[in-house]
Amino acid sequence: MHIVVCIKQVPDSAQIRVHPVTNTIMRQGVPTIINPYDLFALEEALRLRDRLGGTVTVLTMGPPMAEDSLRKALGIGADRGVLLTDRFFAGSDTLATSYALSQAILKIGETWGVPEVVFTGKQTIDGDTAQVGPGIARRLGLQQLTYVSGISEVDLAGKSITVSRRAEGGVQELKTALPALITMLEGSNEVRRGSIVDVLRGARAELVTWNAQAAGITEMGNCGLRGSPTVVKRVFAPKARATKAVPIETRERDAETIAEDIIAQLYATQPALEAELLRTAAGY
Amino acid sequence: MATVQERFDAIVVGAGPAGNAAAFTMAKAGLKVLQLERGEYPGSKNVQGAILYADALEKIIPDFREDAPLERHVIEQRIWMMDDSSHTGMHYRSEDFNEEKPNRYTIIRAQFDRWFSSKVREAGGIVLCETTVTELVKDTKGNVIGVLTDRHGGPLLADVVVMAEGVNGLVGQRSGLREELKPDNVALAVKEMHFLPQDVVESRFNLKGDAGVVIEAMGTITKGMTGTGFLYTNKESVSIGIGCIVSDMAKSGIKPYNLLDSFKQHPSIAPLIAGSEVKEYVAHLIPEGGFRAMPEIYGNGWVVAGDAAHLVNAVHREGSNLAMTSGRLAGETIVWLKRRREPCTSVNLAEYKKRLEDSFVLKDMRKYQKIPALLHGNRQLLDLYPRMMSGIAQTWLRVDGKAKTAKESEIFKSVRKQRGLAGLVADGLRFARAWR
Repeated sequence: MHIVVCIKQVPDSAQIRVHPVTNTIMRQGVPTIINPYDLFALEEALRLRDRLGGTVTVLTMGPPMAEDSLRKALGIGADRGVLLTDRFFAGSDTLATSYALSQAILKIGETWGVPEVVFTGKQTIDGDTAQVGPGIARRLGLQQLTYVSGISEVDLAGKSITVSRRAEGGVQELKTALPALITMLEGSNEVRRGSIVDVLRGARAELVTWNAQAAGITEMGNCGLRGSPTVVKRVFAPKARATKAVPIETRERDAETIAEDIIAQLYATQPALEAELLRTAAGY
Repeated sequence: MATVQERFDAIVVGAGPAGNAAAFTMAKAGLKVLQLERGEYPGSKNVQGAILYADALEKIIPDFREDAPLERHVIEQRIWMMDDSSHTGMHYRSEDFNEEKPNRYTIIRAQFDRWFSSKVREAGGIVLCETTVTELVKDTKGNVIGVLTDRHGGPLLADVVVMAEGVNGLVGQRSGLREELKPDNVALAVKEMHFLPQDVVESRFNLKGDAGVVIEAMGTITKGMTGTGFLYTNKESVSIGIGCIVSDMAKSGIKPYNLLDSFKQHPSIAPLIAGSEVKEYVAHLIPEGGFRAMPEIYGNGWVVAGDAAHLVNAVHREGSNLAMTSGRLAGETIVWLKRRREPCTSVNLAEYKKRLEDSFVLKDMRKYQKIPALLHGNRQLLDLYPRMMSGIAQTWLRVDGKAKTAKESEIFKSVRKQRGLAGLVADGLRFARAWR
């Protein structure tokens, strides 16, 4: 069986700082990681491969340095890495990204066999939209299984798959036809640690690098900024809120006194509040 | 499960300055080099003040200035003797340091080490991160022939192992090549990075462009313990830290972060970091035992470089340059042996130590070998003298209607009372003898 796992290299959000003066995100020097949700997708793909045989191809779209994330994925145990990189892809939103990735998956299918399952993570930690996986499924006409927490059964002969899906209020047990696209939920498995053989192979592997043309993409208007209707209007850091609790001592324990004391304390700290409340109340 | 069958010319343990220097030197010469780093990426576990000494790196990567992530080149050095409310300082600032190829830079290690490691990869070295070497593999005769890691897939074999695993030296320790660190020989330093806008850094320290200032401080800030504090300017931040010998800290019970907090609140320091935002807090050990605390640094199939070899010149606050130079010399020795088709035996690797002896590294280590013990046994050097100097300066500078002769005799009296003439002479002699 052939499985494709889509991963994204993202800045380690735990180490991102907001510039205190300009309020912009400081990307310089922030290490990159594989989107953590994608690791659960990769592990689930590797488990399927180990159980049923076949190969796992990892696909990423990004700048040339995204190569690191592919090598890391190979070090965890994937068989093949494909890097989709082209300046035409710069500025892609989820619509353009799902287009480029789906075209690359078609090309992967032509080259190494049509995949039975395509995996993505539930969402990325930098975009947080959870749109790219479903977008790929729609474009390629794959059955779409989102928020999957486990795979119960794969019937390659009967071309079907059964999964558990986290839904509001419970877990759904879903069976559908292959090929399918699965977006994997976090915490659904424990990502393995590659052997020294794997990490050595990952460090030295020849990666497949495709530009738009090599991936068979002809509709350049669907790619990058041109293919992205989403407009980022403004990026800003929300104002830090003071969250320090202030204990208020009350004179008595009865409700009325407690309320009076709390209100008195509120007025004391926010002098404008009393006048404002009175002004509002005057209208009634 | 599959195991690694191939054999490497050299395995380098650790991707700090020493490990990167060794790996780069050997990979560039065409050796098959495997470098193993336990951190998520090279530099993620590494901590330093940090000052980069250009000379040591130039001898490895001559054109490093073209793309290395450097913060500021140092044009001013301040040495402060501090008591609780004052500092007596010596400042040296020179336009000569604004040269085409500056001599010292402030750097941020997490960024710098990643850059250095990328050079190792470009030179053809294989770098594996998140891979911890657990111990050395030896043959029946006790010769080192490879390493074991915390990953499956069996031992990794090589003709020689360069241990540059850092101050704790756990690999060498577990493999019985060196003893556990002694609390007397190691300092614990804590550091914070304080974010400040570039123009604020420049106006506070009177700087232009990429120029920078470093402050080294000693005195009552270490509360009677042997240690120093520092403040370095980066592009958009200052690094501030303080470190003391571990045994002193254990005895005093003072918490490192409390020590740093009170250093930050010192009236001479507080205005320099006012309004800043703390970006990170780190702590690290520094091997400060000097030459006498050095372990054996070579043997059959192994050499040690950098902090793991205890190569730190505490007096001059130098360490990374000794690390890079020892890493380079270890690498060059191995390349030299390979070219002569000689095995990496203890007898042959003695050449590494010889090259270290011929360089500034062991010459400086030897020169200051008595200093750690001197500081340790003579606390007055770091406590009494800064206070005395502050007292002298105040008596001298305060205009209060007293006659100058009266002031002078007041100064002499206070000095004699605090240390005594014999004590002063003895300290002077002790210091001169240790320094020589």
